This record gives sequence, C-alpha cells and structure tokens, in this order.
Amino acid sequence: MQNEQIKPKKEKIPRTKISQQNPQERVKNFSEVELGYNEEEAVRESTRCLQCKKPKCVQGCPVEIDIKSFISYINEKQFEKALEKIREKNSMPGICGRVCPQEDQCEKECIVGIKSEPVAIGKLERFAADYIINNPKITPTDKSSNISDEHYSSTIQNSLSQKSSSISKNSKIKAAVIGAGPAGLTCSGELAKLGYNVTLFEALHSAGGVLVYGIPEFRLPKSIVRGEVNYVESLGVDIKLNAIIGKMHTIDELIENGYKSIFISTGAGLPYFLNIPGENLNGVYSANEYLTRVNLMKAYLFPKWDTPIKKADIVSVVGGGNVALDSARTAKRLGAKKVYIIYRRSEVEMPGRIEEIHHAIEEGIEMKFLTNPVGIKGCDGWVNKISCIKMELGEPDDSGRRRPIAIPDSEYDIDTDVVVIAIGQGPNPVLTQTSPDIALNKRGNIVADTVGKTNKKGVFAGGDIVTGAATVILAMGAGKVAAKAMDEYIKTGVW
Amino acid sequence: MNDLNKIISKSILTSDTVSFNIYSPDIAAKAKPGQFVVVIANKEGERIPLTIADSDPEKGILNLTILKRGTTTRLLSEFKVGDIISDVAGPLGKSSEIEDFGTVAIIGGGVGIAPTLPIIKAMKNIGNHVISILGARTRDGLIFEDEIKKYSSEFYVCTDDGSKGYKGFVSDFLTDYIKEKQNKNIDRVVAIGPVLMMKAICDVTKSFNIKTIVSLNPIMVDGTGMCGSCRVEVGGKTMFGCVDGPEFDGHLVDFNLLNARLNIYCAEEKESLTNYMEAHECKMNR
Repeated sequence: MQNEQIKPKKEKIPRTKISQQNPQERVKNFSEVELGYNEEEAVRESTRCLQCKKPKCVQGCPVEIDIKSFISYINEKQFEKALEKIREKNSMPGICGRVCPQEDQCEKECIVGIKSEPVAIGKLERFAADYIINNPKITPTDKSSNISDEHYSSTIQNSLSQKSSSISKNSKIKAAVIGAGPAGLTCSGELAKLGYNVTLFEALHSAGGVLVYGIPEFRLPKSIVRGEVNYVESLGVDIKLNAIIGKMHTIDELIENGYKSIFISTGAGLPYFLNIPGENLNGVYSANEYLTRVNLMKAYLFPKWDTPIKKADIVSVVGGGNVALDSARTAKRLGAKKVYIIYRRSEVEMPGRIEEIHHAIEEGIEMKFLTNPVGIKGCDGWVNKISCIKMELGEPDDSGRRRPIAIPDSEYDIDTDVVVIAIGQGPNPVLTQTSPDIALNKRGNIVADTVGKTNKKGVFAGGDIVTGAATVILAMGAGKVAAKAMDEYIKTGVW
Repeated sequence: MNDLNKIISKSILTSDTVSFNIYSPDIAAKAKPGQFVVVIANKEGERIPLTIADSDPEKGILNLTILKRGTTTRLLSEFKVGDIISDVAGPLGKSSEIEDFGTVAIIGGGVGIAPTLPIIKAMKNIGNHVISILGARTRDGLIFEDEIKKYSSEFYVCTDDGSKGYKGFVSDFLTDYIKEKQNKNIDRVVAIGPVLMMKAICDVTKSFNIKTIVSLNPIMVDGTGMCGSCRVEVGGKTMFGCVDGPEFDGHLVDFNLLNARLNIYCAEEKESLTNYMEAHECKMNR
C-alpha cells in the first residue's frame, strides 16, 4: 500500500513495436529488415523508462553506457545529446543498436522487464545513431569541420577538443592496430583521441571485419559500417587496406619501424568444419565463405558484381548461432525454396539471438532441431543429400546446456543442393605463426590479461582473437580498455 | 603512395597471355618464390589469386603474368601502362622449399611457366643442377624462354604439335629423359601448370619414386585461410590451398577433387563472361 502511494502511478504503455519489412517481401531483397523507430515512437518508448536511481541496465552493458541519461535525452527530444551520451562509452551505436544481444545484456536487467517487456534500449540506441544520419542538417556543435558526409563525426566534439589538447604531446608517437573489425576500430579511435599517430592495418580490401564480411546487409547495412569507419578516419587514423600482417610485415618489423605499442585484433577468422565424409563436395560451403561471397563481395548482385555464389533450391545450414541464422536467411534471399537449419540441440539451447530466430522462422526457415549431420552424399562431385542422426538431450555439459546424445539407428537423409557449415570459427593463425614469441592457449587464441597485455612487451590483443568468437560489443570493450592501457604503457614504459 | 599497384610496364607474351610489372613495394620486398597475391581488378571485381612470376625488391616491382580466361583475367589483360589495379594483397601462401637437393627438374606448362622462373633462379643460385622443361600447345604458347634458359643447367621445350622442341607432353618428355639418363638421378621435381599436366607428371615420377612438388590453383576468396573455398585433399587430409600451400607433395594430392572443385562456378563463369564480352563488343563498336 505504502509503495503505491509513494510511486507516482505510471500509465502502462506496452513496448513500442518496431516496424519492419513484412516477411514475404523482405525475403526477396537484401534491404534492412527492421526499419527503426521514428521520432514519435522513440519518444513514446523512452517514457517507459523508470529512470531508476540505481539503474541495473548499465550493469548489464559491457561498456557501461549511461542508458538512463541517453533515454532521458530522447524523452526531451534532445536527440543529438542522446547520441553524445552514448558515444561517451560506445563509439559505434549504429552498429551496437542493431547487433548487440540486448536481451542478454541491458534489457535483461531492466526493471520494467520484470512485470512487462523491458524498455527497448537497443532500438532507442539505434534511433539515436540513425537520427543524425537521417537529419544531416542538424548543426554540429563545431561548424568548421568539413565532414558533410560523415554525420557521425559531428557528435564527437568533446573528444575532438580532448584531442587538440593532447595532440602536441602524442602526435609523433606511432601506434599500430592490426585488424579493422569492432575491436580494432574502437582501439584505433580511442588512441587517436588520445593524440597518437595511429595506423590501422586491415588484411581485406574493406575495413569493418566481421561487420562487412559476416553480418548481412539486411541486418546491418554496410552504409552504417562505412559511417563508423569514416568516423574513425576523421579522428586521424590511417587505415591501410590489403595489409596482411604476418605476411607483408611482421610484428617485430612494426616495432622496428617505430610503433611504440601494437594492438592485435585479428578476430576469429578460421572456419571450423565437421570433419565428416563428403565435406569437400561441390556445394558445401563454410559459413565464412558463403557470407563473405555475399556480403563483402556482393555475390547477390552477380553478374553485375563479379563474384558468384551457388543459388540453389534447397539449402541446409548446420549450426544454431547467429552465423547459421544469417546464412539461412541469406540463402532464402538468394532464392532458395527450402532452407533448413540443422541443429543438434533444441531451440532453447540455440546460441542465436531470439529476435533473429524469430525473424528466421517468419521468413520460412525450417528448423530441424535435435538433428546432427553424420555425412554428406553427392553425385558427380556435387552434394545432393545430407545424412543426419536424431539426437536427444542428456545431462548438462560444460557449457551448462544439456548434452546432445545420438539416438542409435535413427539416421536419415535430407535432400539438399547446398550445405553451409556454421558451427563456429577459430583464431586465424596467419599472424601468430610469424610471431611465435606471443603466447597462445591450446585453441590458438592469444593469451592476454584483462587490459589486453600479452606476454610480449608493448603488444596488446583483444576481441575474438583472445576470447574466441563472441559479440561485437565485447570486442569493442576490449579495444577501448586496451587503448587506455597502451597509453599508460607508452607514457610510463612499465610493462 | 599514389603509384601503389600502378602498371609500370606491360608485355603481350602470346595471343592469350599478358605480363605486367606493377609497383607494389611492400609486397615486392617480401615476396619469395612460390608465393602468390590476391588481386581485385576494379570495384565490382572478384578476388583472384595470381602467382608471383617475379619480383624486384629494389625497384618495388612485382611481375604478374596472366592467362586470359574468365572475366577478371580478360578485364585485367585490357589494363594499360599507368592504370592502377584496385587491390593487391600478399605475399600469400608458403614459399617454395629452396635447398640444394642436387638435381632438380622444374617443369612449367602454359601460363604455369611464369611462376617457375623465381623457383628456377633460387634453385640454381643455391647450387642445384637445374633441368628446366617448358611445355605449351604450340611454340607461340612458350613464355619466358630466354630468362629461364639463363638460369638453367639444362633447358628443354616441348610442344603438343611439335612446332618447337620435343613433340608431345612434358610428362612424355620426362619419361623419356629419365629412361635415357638412368645413371643420372633426378632428386626432385617441381611441376606447375594445368591440373592434368601436374597429375600426369606425378604419375610418371611416382613410378620412379622421385619426390614431386606441385603448385595448386584452387578457387580462393580471401587467400588468408578465412573461407575454406580452396579446400584440397592431400594424403587424405583436408588442407587450405591458400595457407597450407599452394605447394604440396604431388604424390599425395587428390587431383580429381581439385579438378571438380575448380569447376564449381562453370555456369556462372560462362554467364559472367558472356555479359562481359557483350558489353565489351558494344564498347568496341561505339
């Protein structure tokens, strides 16, 4: 009774639904599925936030965005300020608003979520980021900057002023970052803000890492990634494309060339295969290859773009994570009539985001749970069947999920034209092979402490190359923490 | 830095083979025999692997020799001196094993002759007796003859039609050569060329028990071990051509699989090429 009297009674507003392309239409194109909140929707959703005194959502955020404050700015329609607030902790809100698993992070902790659905923090973050792109006429605090097509840059004034104060101190000091994915982009941006002369080396011909080769256009438009890359460049970072460290230069050569500290963020770029018979038949892809062809190389625009991809009637994707979901939904958009996701556990154990599982089902992807491939069969060198065995769930394993166990004599064949293996990625050894003095764990990941320090003086590492395949936001967090530690190391020389 | 990937010189070697010297100092400084680069011709281009035919670290120059076959290689062959190739990444793959083996036979077929040049040079410089054997369909298909001759202890050419040198395949020549010179052992063979040629050479050398290294050319995307498009089977094990190779023990390679996987995009390649040729003809007629 007492409680009700103290708390002003808040009108119960349901979580604001996000508009999206309808499933029948969207499977025919690669445009973004979710269309994002408009101003009115964002403001309405922001009113659902309780503005808790001790906001638990912040604890759920790996980079501790001041969620309460940015939502409050949205509520006051001060959208640029909202973005500025987010950018204090997160330099890529347009990306994180779209691909962060908020349901396991901030929104999981949201108090509103106890009795109702949590505040749509991710959608609001995305709204704030997109607002600046969609309203380029908004006057940046600093009018002098000639960054008309880099709307993001307009919101970083506080960091720019920081930059000018520290520039004199650090601008001649060179730092190198290897790999232009989420961790590397964040780390180089932070180092540039601290005034360092940063070179960011990228092996591919386009910066963004998994954001450009892995995550499809319909989930993360490449123009958004381009915007974030432009922002990092606008801070003064020199991005060198087609620069494969380990081949073109070694880590030791970078050190000899005057780079005072180096951050390695080469990601999880080594595809795992099942090691079952028939895996090298034509028509069997790793998810990395399938997605890289389509996303980075734009095979969905073949023959206008030169890179081909096999378009098939039936596509079977093996795995239950976001990469598997992305592959399956890509296959559908390439024109497949039937797309299966073959996963050895059940829906509850799927590591993919709930939202994306939901989207996939809406798009007609058929889930074959508790099913594990045992072989791939073919005819004339081409795959035509995937042999599977049925599974049941036993006791929980090391991951806490119930262990799948094969049911004897339950093998059966599924007709298929293409198979995509999406069972995970490991660390790519191209760099670490040529720097044998950097300690690795038994899986080949670089061993680094909480701030990214490796066993080699001056060399830091972070993101998937340290943790194994994880999330964009964790990689960004690692890049940020490491930048601070690198600054500390360069200034003090203490390792 | 504006000159990066600029074409410094171009020579037309045969009716369907062109050779470019491009300015790429970082790669040229590191390139070793047997390695390759991944090239993108233009913005919409695909990533294709090209073996480095030669490199000059002093001048920062790479030589790439290209056989006109699909869309990308045809498009590249139209590039002129001063043009810039959109992207060049490398050097990729493991380098050739260069040691003083004693007597080494190095066999190049067609455009595969080009990448034998740096291997022949290095093998000779380290002290090997180098037997170079070049093969082509006709005499017009023979490339780099003078350069290779310079570094060879023995030099032979074969043509399918007999228009120059030995009439027949390099594998037939090799069989005859080994039989004739029984007293003179070949310690190692290196063969680079079409899949069928490499397979035929391996069949010959297997029977004489001569270790044979072949350079494989599977379809690649990134060229850094990221996609697995270039899967090959060697000794029953799946390997990635780009990072585990491109050179492998030829006696262990599953050439049938390699050949099948090379044909994955046959239909798409045809479609792409038809489009390219049509657009190209339009341009020519204008």
